[in-house]
Parts: sequence; C-alpha cells; structure tokens
Amino acid sequence: MSSRRIFARPARFAAIAPYVWMVLFFLVPFAFVLKISLSQTAIAQPPYEPVFDLAAGWDALKTAFAALSIDNFRLIVSDDIYVFAYVRSLTVAVTATALLLLIGYPIAYGMARLPERWQAVAMVLVIVPFWTSFLIRIYAWINILQHDGLLNQILLALHLVSQPVVWLSTDTAMYIGIVYSYLPFMILPLYATLAKMEPALEEAAGDLGAPPWQVFWLVTFPLSLPGIGAGVLLCFIPIVGEFVIPDLLAGSNSLMIGQTLWLEFFTNKDWPVASAAAIVLLVVLLVPLLLYERLQKRQLEQGR
Amino acid sequence: MRKIPRLSRFNVASLALGLAFLYLPILILVIYSFNASRLVTVWGGWSLRWYQELFNDRAMIEAAWMSLRVAVSSATIATLLGTLAAVALSRGERFRGRTLFSGMLYAPLVMPEVITGLSLLLLFVALNAERGFWTVTIAHTTLTMCFVAVVVQSRLGSLDRSLEEAAMDLGCDPVRAFLSVTLPLIAPAIVAGWMLAFTLSLDDLVIASFTTGPGSATLPIRIYSEVRLGVKPEINAICTLVIAVIAVVIVIASLASKLSSSQGESAAPL
Repeated sequence: MSSRRIFARPARFAAIAPYVWMVLFFLVPFAFVLKISLSQTAIAQPPYEPVFDLAAGWDALKTAFAALSIDNFRLIVSDDIYVFAYVRSLTVAVTATALLLLIGYPIAYGMARLPERWQAVAMVLVIVPFWTSFLIRIYAWINILQHDGLLNQILLALHLVSQPVVWLSTDTAMYIGIVYSYLPFMILPLYATLAKMEPALEEAAGDLGAPPWQVFWLVTFPLSLPGIGAGVLLCFIPIVGEFVIPDLLAGSNSLMIGQTLWLEFFTNKDWPVASAAAIVLLVVLLVPLLLYERLQKRQLEQGR
Repeated sequence: MRKIPRLSRFNVASLALGLAFLYLPILILVIYSFNASRLVTVWGGWSLRWYQELFNDRAMIEAAWMSLRVAVSSATIATLLGTLAAVALSRGERFRGRTLFSGMLYAPLVMPEVITGLSLLLLFVALNAERGFWTVTIAHTTLTMCFVAVVVQSRLGSLDRSLEEAAMDLGCDPVRAFLSVTLPLIAPAIVAGWMLAFTLSLDDLVIASFTTGPGSATLPIRIYSEVRLGVKPEINAICTLVIAVIAVVIVIASLASKLSSSQGESAAPL
C-alpha cells in the first residue's frame, strides 16, 4: 500500500536519536567493560592500567594488544569464591523461579477465571505493588521478619514457637523477598496467555469425561506454555544478577555473583576483576537473554 | 458472547491469598510509620513524630530532591526517545540495523542492573565526566526508555492503521498524519510510559550507586545505607511518603490518560 510506504520513511528517521543514544550508552559501555576486564589492576584512580590510548597511533595500539591479559578471567575461573558465587546465583535463581511459578500460576489462573470486568481490576491490583519502590518492599519485609517483628510476635502469641525464630539473614528470608518482588513479573505474562485461552476447550475436555486435574494437565497447562516461558525468563535473568535482596535479607556467608561483583568494585576497588566477573555473568546469561529477546520481539511484532 | 468459566473455590482462595501477600507488608509498613513508639514493633499510639524528624534530616531531604529531579528529567527524555524508537520499530517497516536496534532496546529490560551500572560507570570514567546529577540522569534514561518503547510499541501495534492511511489519502503528509491522528491515539500509552519511567528512576538503587558521584546520593542510596544499619521508624515514614508520591502520580496519570483516550475515541470516528 502506497500511503503505508510513505509513512514508513519518516518513521525510520525517528530511529536516529534513540539509535545513537543506545549505541552511545548501551553498546559502547560494553566495549569499556571488555577493555578493562583485560587490563591489569593498579592502585590508582581510576584503579586500572589504561590498556590502550587511541590517540597514540597504530604502533602503540599493537603493543597494547600484546599486553592484554586474560589474568582476570583466569582468576575468576580458578577462584573458589567466584565459582561458588556463580553456582549459588544459578541455584537461587532456579529455586526462586520454580517457587514463583508455583505461587504465581494459581493466582494468574484465578484472575483469568474472573468475570471480564473484574479481570481489569485484578490486573491493576497486581501491578500497583510493582509501582511502589523495590527497596521499600524489601524494607517492609525486614520490618516483619526482624527479631521482634510481627511474624515472631504472631508465632509467639499463637504458641507455635517458644522463642523468637531467626528469620533475617537466612535463605528463607531471601526467597520470601525474591518471590515477593518478582511475583507480578510472573503473574502478568501467565495471565495474558490464560485470559486469551478459549474456555470452550476446557469445557470440551470436561464434557468428554476428563477429571479436572486431567483437564488442567492435558489442556490448560500445555496451552499456557508461552506465558510460562515469558514469566520464567522475565524472573530468572534478573534474579541471577540480583544484588539488593540477598544483600539485605540473606546471610553474608555465601554470596551471589551480583554481591561479589559489588564488593569487588566498591570495597576492594578491583575494577578489572569486577569487569571480568560482569562479562562472565553476561556469558552465563546469553542463552536465556537471546531466548527472551526473540519472545519479546515476536510478541510485539505480531500485530504487524 | 463468550461464556464465563466458573470460578472454583480454589481460584478464589488463591486470588485472595495472593493479593493479601502482595499488600499486607506494605500496609504494615505504612501503619507503623505512624507509630509513636521508637521500637518499630511495639504499638505506642498514632503519631506524626517520625515525619517531623524526617523534615529535620537535611541529608534525606537533599537526597529526595535529587531523586525527584533525576526522575522527572530522565523520564521526560526517556519518553521522547522511547516513543521515537517505538514509532520506528512499529511503523518503519524494514531498515538497516533494525535487528541491532530492537536488540539494544529489549536487552536492558532484563539485564542485571549490576552489569548496566558497571558498564555505564566505566564509560563515564573514560570520558572523564563529572559524576552526579547528569550521569545518573543519562543512566536512568538509557534504562527507562526501553520500557517506554515497549509500552508505546504495544499500543501502536494494536492501532488500526487504516486511520493513518485515510489521513494521508485525504492529503496529510506523514508528519501531519502522525501528529493529528496517531499521536492522540497513543497518548495514553505515552503517559503510562512516562509514569513507568518516573517510578523506575525513583526506585533504582543499583544503577544510581554506580553512576553517581560523592556528595550526590539519591533517595534509594540514602535509604539503603540507613536500612543496612537496621529498622528505624524514620525509614518507615520516608517510605510511606515515597509510596504517597507514586500513588499521586499514578492517579494523575491514569486520569490524564482516561481523558485523552476518551477524546481519542470520540475523535476517531470523525
């Protein structure tokens, strides 16, 4: 269609400003991370040896390339602290994502079953806590979980425990915090696929004699797989690199990679090692990131 | 007419429990901010004492002011850039570098914040930029424009394109057709995008910690350093205030988008 094509040309011009911005502030910074991850640590400000200086010309560049070192990466792969941190991050992310799916699915399912008018209300109710600050939501749980916090008071009053339970600085507290913070990210994509599902399909299965759990397992669940995929990726990827929640709620004896990177950067001031850790984290997340991107693109460009 | 499936008791219970889980902690935090007792967990009657103490905390007020300024400016730039990006992606058909462009826009949505923060800081250090208001604003713009782009793009995708085509068949040039037909129709999404960008910026701790300089802490940075030392009633008070600001922004923005969407609908059939 001709008018469509005429419209497309100025629309393409609209890409220029955001394109330049993203290249400058998203793509180029990664080049710096890569560069600094390959340089030597120095006690200086900024705390690394400059690897190369573009102004110095080609010869300087060649000697600089010869001086690049993968020491930082070697350190990360061989140092137990880092290996443990990566393993722990992945374990926590897998466990938390499974918990989120287990808790989020029934809620999304309940939302999809509401009358249409109430579905909109339920959706707003799920989104609103996501608008309130992340840090505040974690702080709210510190209030509840602390030594003389509400949870212990209730447990003591009900005589379920004889003395206050230690909740803070435990993995339990961390999982509560993660599930609480990421729950909307799991519910919304699940709800989106469940709400679009034709109810006649479930009815048909029921009419043909399938018991409810079989209807769910053979009809509803397989049809909601795209939503599950989106929800799982949307939670899993950021949880692997999570810093605030484990820092405030979990104990300090086993760190996640986000915390290790933070410590290396802010406390030890070892920028090269922190950069190398960031790159390894990025590599670990590359497959889920690419999967997520394909999903996002397909979803947004379906209407074209 | 679609038949409404029956709500089972299990559905109702999971919804009720889920919503209680989402709201109770915040509600408790707000209630305890009005607690007269210094012990956060002992109820000593209603009081505004912690709010008064908050207003005497200059560092906290300065941090809040910094956060508000960053949030407003970064949300505004991000809305402009994000809307442009959404228009290019959903109306630009094919163009060179499109895959890279959409990739760059979707990746920050899930990218761990430590990575985004670290990489931006290294850029700012390499550029020898003085870290403070502007570096945080740039960092937040980079993150939040991607969210704006997604929100606006999904609205553009669901628009009836024959409206734009009709405008151009009737003699509008593309820019005019966009400004007088498309823009009013996507206005609610743009407002929602600004709102999302604003709250994300107000909320961010990790990226701001990396990109700010000494002496210019944002509110989350300030709150975080206090929270690490333990629970204090003043923190409950500042958290309640932040929740109130966000609630006001949501209400205003949803009223605005309702107004503009009803205008858009009435304009559409003409």
